[in-house]
Amino acid sequence: MVEPFSVRDCALIAIATGQYAYTLTELRDRLEIITPSCIYYHFWGGLLRPKFDNPEYQNDFAIWVYQGLRDKPLAERMALIDPSKYHDLEDLRGELIDILEERIDESELLPWMKANQRFYFVRSQTVVFDTRVRLDTPERLGEHIPHMSLGSVFYHFIDARRRPPWGRDDFSHWVTGFGDDYAELVEQISQIDPYFTSLVELRDELTHVFAAHAPGGGA
Amino acid sequence: MATLLDQYEQIVGTDVIDQLRQLAKLLGGKRIIHINSTKAGGGVAEILHRIIPLKKELGIDTVWETITGDADFFQCTKLMHNTLQGNRFDIPDYLLRHYEAVNRENAESLRGLLEEADVVFIHDPQPAAMIESMPARKGKWIWRCHIDVSSPYRPVWKYLRDFVRGYDASVWSLSEFAQRLPHPMYLIPPSIDPLSDKNIDLSPEELEKAYTRWGLDPERPIITQISRFDRFKDPLGVVRAYRLVKEFTPVQLILAGGGATDDPEGEEVFNEVKTSVGDDPDVHILLLPPDDNLTINALQRISDIILQKSTREGFGLTVTEALWKGKPVLGGDTGGIRLQVVNHHTGFLVNTPEGAALRIRYLLKRREKLEEMGQKAMEFVRENFLITRHLREYLTLIFAVANETQDRIELL
Repeated sequence: MVEPFSVRDCALIAIATGQYAYTLTELRDRLEIITPSCIYYHFWGGLLRPKFDNPEYQNDFAIWVYQGLRDKPLAERMALIDPSKYHDLEDLRGELIDILEERIDESELLPWMKANQRFYFVRSQTVVFDTRVRLDTPERLGEHIPHMSLGSVFYHFIDARRRPPWGRDDFSHWVTGFGDDYAELVEQISQIDPYFTSLVELRDELTHVFAAHAPGGGA
Repeated sequence: MATLLDQYEQIVGTDVIDQLRQLAKLLGGKRIIHINSTKAGGGVAEILHRIIPLKKELGIDTVWETITGDADFFQCTKLMHNTLQGNRFDIPDYLLRHYEAVNRENAESLRGLLEEADVVFIHDPQPAAMIESMPARKGKWIWRCHIDVSSPYRPVWKYLRDFVRGYDASVWSLSEFAQRLPHPMYLIPPSIDPLSDKNIDLSPEELEKAYTRWGLDPERPIITQISRFDRFKDPLGVVRAYRLVKEFTPVQLILAGGGATDDPEGEEVFNEVKTSVGDDPDVHILLLPPDDNLTINALQRISDIILQKSTREGFGLTVTEALWKGKPVLGGDTGGIRLQVVNHHTGFLVNTPEGAALRIRYLLKRREKLEEMGQKAMEFVRENFLITRHLREYLTLIFAVANETQDRIELL
C-alpha cells in the first residue's frame, strides 16, 4: 500500500551576505568560504525570482562572467555545470572552483580584470509548509499538478533532489511505488530536464506527461 | 461584489492566491505593524495602501501607522535621503537632534501598540530611530529600506547605522543597496498593484479625455517621464533628450510628478525645469496632486514611450507601472531600473540624454519593435513585480526572521 502523496509548498527568501567580488580571483576566494546555501541560491534560486531570458547562461556565476567580464569561454564552461547531478553542494562548489582555477591558469590578465559590476553573494532561507492536499493515485496527482503553486513544483521537482533518495524528484519516486504499470510514466518524468527552463514551463511539461498516461490520454 | 483576493486571482491565477492563504493561515494570530512617515505621495505609501487591505482580507491582524513631524524634521529626513543616495554634505547637528526628538515623541505616542506587536516593520530612515525608545519591545523589529544606499555619504550612514543595527533584520530592494549590518539582510524587490487607480485598465473614453484635458495631439507621439521633481530623476536631461529627438521627428513631452509631504526640494526643481523649457507648447509640465493616480495612469497609457532617466534610483516603481501598461521604458542605468529594463526586451538602459534620444528615435521608427517590447514588458511584470509576489515574500520573511539560523524552516 503506497502512502498518499502529501503536497507541500515552499517559499524562498533571499538574504544578502555582504560579500561580493569584482575579479575572478576574488570570486574564487569567496567561493572557498561562502555558505553552501549561497551555491544553492546562485544555481537554483533563479527559478524563483525575477529574471529575463538568459537561455545560454542558467546560473548566476556564468551570467556575471559573461555580463561583467565578457569572458565567454569561462561563461560557457560554467553554464555547462548541471547542478542536478551534484547531490552534495560541496561537490558542486568543488567543480565550480576547479573550472574557475583552470581559466585563471589560462590567462595572466583575466584573473585581475575588474568587472563592470560586482557579483553579490546571496543566500536563501526556504520555508516549507504542508498544503494538506493528499493524493492517492498517480492519476489524481496528474490532475492536481496544473493547480500546484510554482513553490510546490520547486519543492517536489527541484528541491527534492537534495533529500533522500538523493537526486530524485518526488513525483517519479512516489509513482514508482505503484509498480510496473507506471514504469513508463516514471521514466518520462525522470527525463524532464529541470535546469534549462522556468517553473511555469516545468509545470506544463509535468502536466503533459501525466495527461499522456491518464486513461484515454494516449500513452 | 468580488473580494480583493478574487480580483487578484483573475490576474495572477488561483495557485498564487491559494499559496498566500496558506501562508497567512500559518501566521496564526500574530499582530503586524507597519510604520512610515506619510500616507500620501511616494512609493512606500502607495505599496502600504494596497498591501494592508490585502493582508487584512487574508485574516492577518495588521495595523499601519504614520509618524508626525514638522518642517525641520522632514528637512532633516530629506537631507538624509539625499546623502544616503550619495550626495556629500553634512546634516547640521541641530537637525539630527531634532530628528531624534521627533522619533522619541512618536515612539511615546505609539508605545502601547509597538511594544506588544509581534512584528514591526519600520519603513525608511524617518521612523528608524524609534527603536531606541523601545527597550521593552516584545516582537521582531524589521527595518525596511526602500532607498539605494549602495554608495552613501559615510558620516550620515554611520549615524543612521547606529539605530538600524539594533533591528532584528533589515529588508532591501536589491543586494547592491544593502550595507553590512549585524543581522540578516533580506532582499525583497517592491511591487505594483494592478487594481490600484494608477494601474487599473482605463476605457478608450477616459484616455480620450486625457488628450483633451492636457491639450495633447493624439496624432503625434508622446514621450513621458512620471516622477517627483527631484534632481536624481534628471528631468533636465529628459528635456534635453526631447529636444534632440524633436530635431528629427515630431514629438510631445510630458513631465508629470506628484509632490510628497516629505519632499520640500520638489518645488525648487520644478521651477528650474519650467525655466529650462520656456514657452515650448509641446512640453507639458504637470505638477499633480499626490493622489491624482488616474491621471498618471492615463498619461502613461497614452504615451508611446516612458522615460525614467534617473541618475540614482531606489527600485523605480514608475518603471514597473509603465512596463505593466505595455510601454517600453528608457531608464537610467542605475538601481532597480537595471532589474526591470532589459535591453531589447523591455526597453533600453541609457546613460546620457543623447543615448535616450537615440533609443526614442529608434523605437518611434520601428513601431513593430515598440509593440513587441511592450507586450514582453507586461508579462515580465505579471510574473515578477505584482503585489501578490511582494506579499508572499513579506509573509515568508516573518517565518524566516523567527528562525534566522535555519536555511530550511519546516512548518509541517
